[in-house]
Amino acid sequence: MKPDVIVVGGGMSGLAAGVGLAEAGASVLVLAKGAGSLQLAPGTIDLLGYAGERVASPLSAITALAERDPGHPYALLGADVVADAARWLTSRMADGPLAPYRYVGSPEENMLLPTAIGVPRPSALVPETMGAGDLRQGGRMVVVGFRGMKDFHPALIADNLTRATGGAMEVRATQIDPPPALDGEPGTMRLARALGRPGAAEALATRLATVARDDEVLALPAVLSIGDPHGVWETLQRSAGRPVCEIPTLPPSVPGLRLFDTLRTLLRRAGGRLVTGSYVVGFKGSGDRMEALRVHVSGGERIYATRWVVLATGGVSSGGLALDADWRMRETALGLDVAGVPAPRQPRFSPRYLDDHPLGRAGVAADRDLRPLDARGQRRWENVLVVGAALGGAEPWREKSGEGIALASGHRAAQLILGAERSVSDSAATKVAQPIA
Amino acid sequence: MSTISHDHDDVLGDLMRGSLDHCVKCTICEQYCPVSAVTPLFPGPKYAGPQSERFRTDEASVDHSVDYCSGCGICTQVCPQGVHIAEINSRARAKMKNDDGVPLRDRIITRSEILGRLGTPVAPLANATLRSRPLRAVGERLLGIHRDAPVPAFAGRTLRAWGKKHVASVPTTDRVVFFYGCGADYYEPRLGEMAVEVLEHNGFAVDMPKQGCCGLPLQSSGLFDDARRYVRKLAHNLAPSVRSGAHIVAVSTSCALMLKREAIEILGLEDDAELRLVSGRVRDICEFLVDLHDDGRLRTDFSPVEASVVYHAPCQQQGHGIGKPALELFGLIDGLKVVESESRCCGIAGTYGLKREKYDIAMAVGKPLFDQIRDVAPGLVACDSETCRWQIHKASGVTSVHPVEILHRAYGLGDDPGGSGINGHS
Repeated sequence: MKPDVIVVGGGMSGLAAGVGLAEAGASVLVLAKGAGSLQLAPGTIDLLGYAGERVASPLSAITALAERDPGHPYALLGADVVADAARWLTSRMADGPLAPYRYVGSPEENMLLPTAIGVPRPSALVPETMGAGDLRQGGRMVVVGFRGMKDFHPALIADNLTRATGGAMEVRATQIDPPPALDGEPGTMRLARALGRPGAAEALATRLATVARDDEVLALPAVLSIGDPHGVWETLQRSAGRPVCEIPTLPPSVPGLRLFDTLRTLLRRAGGRLVTGSYVVGFKGSGDRMEALRVHVSGGERIYATRWVVLATGGVSSGGLALDADWRMRETALGLDVAGVPAPRQPRFSPRYLDDHPLGRAGVAADRDLRPLDARGQRRWENVLVVGAALGGAEPWREKSGEGIALASGHRAAQLILGAERSVSDSAATKVAQPIA
Repeated sequence: MSTISHDHDDVLGDLMRGSLDHCVKCTICEQYCPVSAVTPLFPGPKYAGPQSERFRTDEASVDHSVDYCSGCGICTQVCPQGVHIAEINSRARAKMKNDDGVPLRDRIITRSEILGRLGTPVAPLANATLRSRPLRAVGERLLGIHRDAPVPAFAGRTLRAWGKKHVASVPTTDRVVFFYGCGADYYEPRLGEMAVEVLEHNGFAVDMPKQGCCGLPLQSSGLFDDARRYVRKLAHNLAPSVRSGAHIVAVSTSCALMLKREAIEILGLEDDAELRLVSGRVRDICEFLVDLHDDGRLRTDFSPVEASVVYHAPCQQQGHGIGKPALELFGLIDGLKVVESESRCCGIAGTYGLKREKYDIAMAVGKPLFDQIRDVAPGLVACDSETCRWQIHKASGVTSVHPVEILHRAYGLGDDPGGSGINGHS
């Protein structure tokens, strides 16, 4: 059945667009190659963490960034859209299937949260289960690990946090045995499933009470269940009598999975469809309108006709952009022009990972209505909107802006499409009304 | 003794295996694997697939954990990098079975066509045997088929035989080929009849040329050479109809997927011209009907169906990459209250859950689905795959039908869903 909108990609930007559209009554089809990238991410919404220096107030820093760098996605969106999108996500989480699990924080200020290697990370909106880890408050923290859990080393985290906060936080490390309900080795997913079982939170709380000291925040790996994080977290805080926070793990990420499950459920509740295992290999269009997408499925190809396309396929790491041996960069789904690619034999990369790379800002250029621009800077398609990491002009890994750009551009795309549909139906109504008048 | 082809002509096989280089160890497959979520015996698709594959050589492996992969294919579906994890694991499992020997049990339960031919004429006796607790206990001990596993009852007649006598109600020039599969032929002929009647109701003349097993059960148990023989013969039987322009419409979603993709990708039959020809023309029946609707050709003279149904899209159906067309069809029927399953797999995965050592795992995989069905307490479950329906019915006690059976009723074509004659046995 012909959808109003096809969203290509099932990550943060695609689902923000898809949920926003579906909840406003549009018929939405989200096509995704796989399960999307959200469950790899820590589940926090980092709006802007660094702009040269570490950012304390994301919204004002985004306003300054937009003035300084008109090619940045935040310059296309503006700080108001970012603030609006942040409010939207917070409200959707509160209505989601995991409620009362909710997001806390504000686009006005960044918290500083510990990572799995003990680096303070600026983040604006975070799951409530992480909020108590805010390092700005100083004081004492104990990082509690589970014996045998790979990639989560309390001593490393504690040492690095103490050093990074210049001693403002006093952080120590300890280890406890994994929950008895654990089935197999203590991996992130198995631990989260075990802690979701009846009685598991109470048993863990009893154990935590024996390791916590009076004035400490208890920091645990982010495995406080998949389906009932609020309940497990509350139980631990109540029983231990201490604030408890989750520290995001290396992938797989349980808070990322919770965010994905929430958005996917909201999409489905609103009548949107998510099809995985299919990927776009081309389109049919004429003039400046794309009329249908050619989609690879098992056994061949299907044609999906649509009125709108939201391209949310991500950047190089998600396969949305690809660089070939002839130095050409392609946008892989719709063949859009890619801007910001250095000329052949010019340097593409700098020696260090976090340097400013000549290729770093490559991506699809778009106008303020998120329509893609061709190589001459002209709007190429009227009914295609580009969102998320496919957009050029940003360096999310340096700026800590990836989720913010994805959320705000996805949210904005939904608003733009709904606005255009409204003006079409208004003018259609006017046309009908005229003869009568 | 079957052998695995490792010759250099296996280009697609090399591509499948080569896809492991795209693995970025993101672990999304580990998050979604329904088997490793319930048992430590399977270490997860990433470990058993892209990681272990690098260490696999022509020599027999000491690691047998890939045997616990159920082959549901969810890992491949969720992989954001396009790694063919399930296909890599299927091939590894086949090689392992080839090295270690295939149990007699696996040689028996995978011959659905032969079982059907043997059981049909003596259906009352065969069904009594399958229902007998003492005999099932013996079967478990001697053959390793779990005594409580869901096995279907022989209908005692075949859909084939019905097809030979069946006279189409509507004369028309639009033709489709109905690929019914062993399930509808030997166990659920009434479902096959309903599918034919629904297609005829929409103005198609339905052909049922000589067919046969698609080889999927053999493939899942690592008997690749035998599976190749079956699927090639089936493609050969279906190819003439495709050449004359017809679509092949299938009522068994897993057998349809075998023809569309799995035989080519897992069995390495990319050079089989007839299979390739057939592959591109196969449609799952719900997919076919939604396509008709998109073209404005589906009849929508549905009467209301006052029923509450849980719809479970089986993992094999999701492997088609076409979403959930059954839900779109249900949306056309007034009165029908549909609750979508929250689960990705019922556990049975074809013949996996029949096996003594895997039965408990299969039941644990399916538990969230069975719990949801009990919570919703519907009168009906709809599901596109026969082995899943049998598993769901056995585990939850709720009548489980193919989506087409609900359409058949809504069209006013005959008896109630659940009347296909399979449920209530096992």
